[in-house]
Amino acid sequence: MKKRTYCNPVGVSRFTGLLLISPFILGLAAFLVYPFVCSFLLGLTDYDGIRPPEFSGLENYRYMLKDRTFRKALGVTVKYALILVPLKLTVSLLTAMLLNAEIKGIGIFRTAFYIPSILGSNLAVVIMWQYLFTSKGLVNQLLSMAGAPPVSWYGDPDKAVYMIVLLRLWEFGSTMIIFLTALRDVPKELYDAAKVDGCGPVRGFFAITLPQLKSVIFINLVLQTIAAFQEFNAPYMITGGGPMKSTYTLGMLIYDEMFRYNEQGYANALSWVMFMVISAAVAVMYAVSALMRRDEE
Amino acid sequence: MKKLPLYLLLTAGAAVMLYPMLWLIGASFKSNDEIFSSVWFIPHSVDTDVYKNAWRTVTPYNMGHYFMNTLMIIVPRTIFSVTSSVLVAYGFARFDFPLKRLFFALLLGGMAMPTLVTVMPLFLMWSKLGYLDTYIPLTVPYLFAAEGMFVFILIQFFKGVPKEFDEAARIDGCGALRTLLYILIPCIRPAIVSIMVFTFLWTMNDFLTPLIMIQSVEKYPLSLALRLSVDSTGQDYEQNKVIALSVIGLIPSVTVFAIAQKKFVSGITAGGLTG
Repeated sequence: MKKRTYCNPVGVSRFTGLLLISPFILGLAAFLVYPFVCSFLLGLTDYDGIRPPEFSGLENYRYMLKDRTFRKALGVTVKYALILVPLKLTVSLLTAMLLNAEIKGIGIFRTAFYIPSILGSNLAVVIMWQYLFTSKGLVNQLLSMAGAPPVSWYGDPDKAVYMIVLLRLWEFGSTMIIFLTALRDVPKELYDAAKVDGCGPVRGFFAITLPQLKSVIFINLVLQTIAAFQEFNAPYMITGGGPMKSTYTLGMLIYDEMFRYNEQGYANALSWVMFMVISAAVAVMYAVSALMRRDEE
Repeated sequence: MKKLPLYLLLTAGAAVMLYPMLWLIGASFKSNDEIFSSVWFIPHSVDTDVYKNAWRTVTPYNMGHYFMNTLMIIVPRTIFSVTSSVLVAYGFARFDFPLKRLFFALLLGGMAMPTLVTVMPLFLMWSKLGYLDTYIPLTVPYLFAAEGMFVFILIQFFKGVPKEFDEAARIDGCGALRTLLYILIPCIRPAIVSIMVFTFLWTMNDFLTPLIMIQSVEKYPLSLALRLSVDSTGQDYEQNKVIALSVIGLIPSVTVFAIAQKKFVSGITAGGLTG
């Protein structure tokens, strides 16, 4: 939508378009801008949800700097995002390349790989995950069959986060489909030309596939990072944040402050910080991709 | 058979993706001992009583009641979402208007807004308006194209329809709305199906918003009811009952996906973006 690609036809007022998007503008004001501003203002108050909010300036933010739980939760969230996002993008891209093959029955495989991603944090999936990773669950049974020692997924603070990572990794289908769609648009002639020039599949991947998919990789990276930083459902339902807060994400901290301790002023300050962290991460990615593009030119 | 390794690889991958679900279904018929002693999914015996028990739940209502509750959210949400997203996407795709680029940027930016940032003020807003513990907070926002992703998918589809179609319709005397209804909507039907399916799936998965907005058990959607039943069943005994409950929770999503699968997948791949 960079340039005006389409001029309004004769007889159509320039306000027809505005009228059509008016629901969006109203919704934007009521359900996005209004709560966003509210959240900022509440973050500057001491508010327990019952008595009227009391202005406290930057007190919440000052407290945050000393709050160990906040530091822990921020660390857990960043670590989780750093493990999950690159892993998920890599698996998605490699699988999409396999599923891009034109072979019989490929549709069935595409569906099979896609199905887990439609289930999100559906409770069925959460229960399933809990059972798979109990001490005598399927995963440990398989490990012992392979001769490996069983892992205490729920008891070991170093391992628990991988349960959540594996769940979200298992649900890589939607990311994969985005790659698959983009792969189909890569002109086949590029690969043919490369083959003529004696270029093998590995070099083809780095010389053709990756550059052609740049913008989609960026989109997936941004979408997945945003989702990872917001992670709440899976740790809330699977581990409850434990053991020893090793899966206690920012999302869980905000929820607890909001609804368990009724520290709503503080909770809103926290949610603003979460927003700023996400924005900063996206801004960095955007800057890096812009730099890389400039280097090429 | 050059393709054999590829088939083997894909089959192994698909097995990893699907086996946990098969195992879950099998486990719902197993005794506690069997669940933790066998990796094979087929149970020794099949007794459907566990499903009758699970269906009844430990609450005063059965699963059917909660499923109907979920439908009471899904149906209006779908109608609202499709109508508003189509209108908004049509506006973006086919018309010029003041501040168009700003609004488009806001549409994309809105998708990045964490639910946790907005949910608290919205909770306060709905509580002031007296609509807590109703389905209004879960449905009304969708009248306003609340799902930016849907608008984005539809814009891509509208762009795929040749503009000559619109012009021909206009020459025949169709206004903007009639062009949309009779010419464009039939062309973008796969996208609309995708949106309906996504709305269904996402509503089934929705947990945080109903958890905050709905308080009385009578009005719980399926996700909250399942959570409640699981919590009060206790996982130390009757494991298969908990598992049966979760299988029941899995069925609607998988069924809808299976029915719509063909159109749905073509819709999302052509649209280029998914959730």
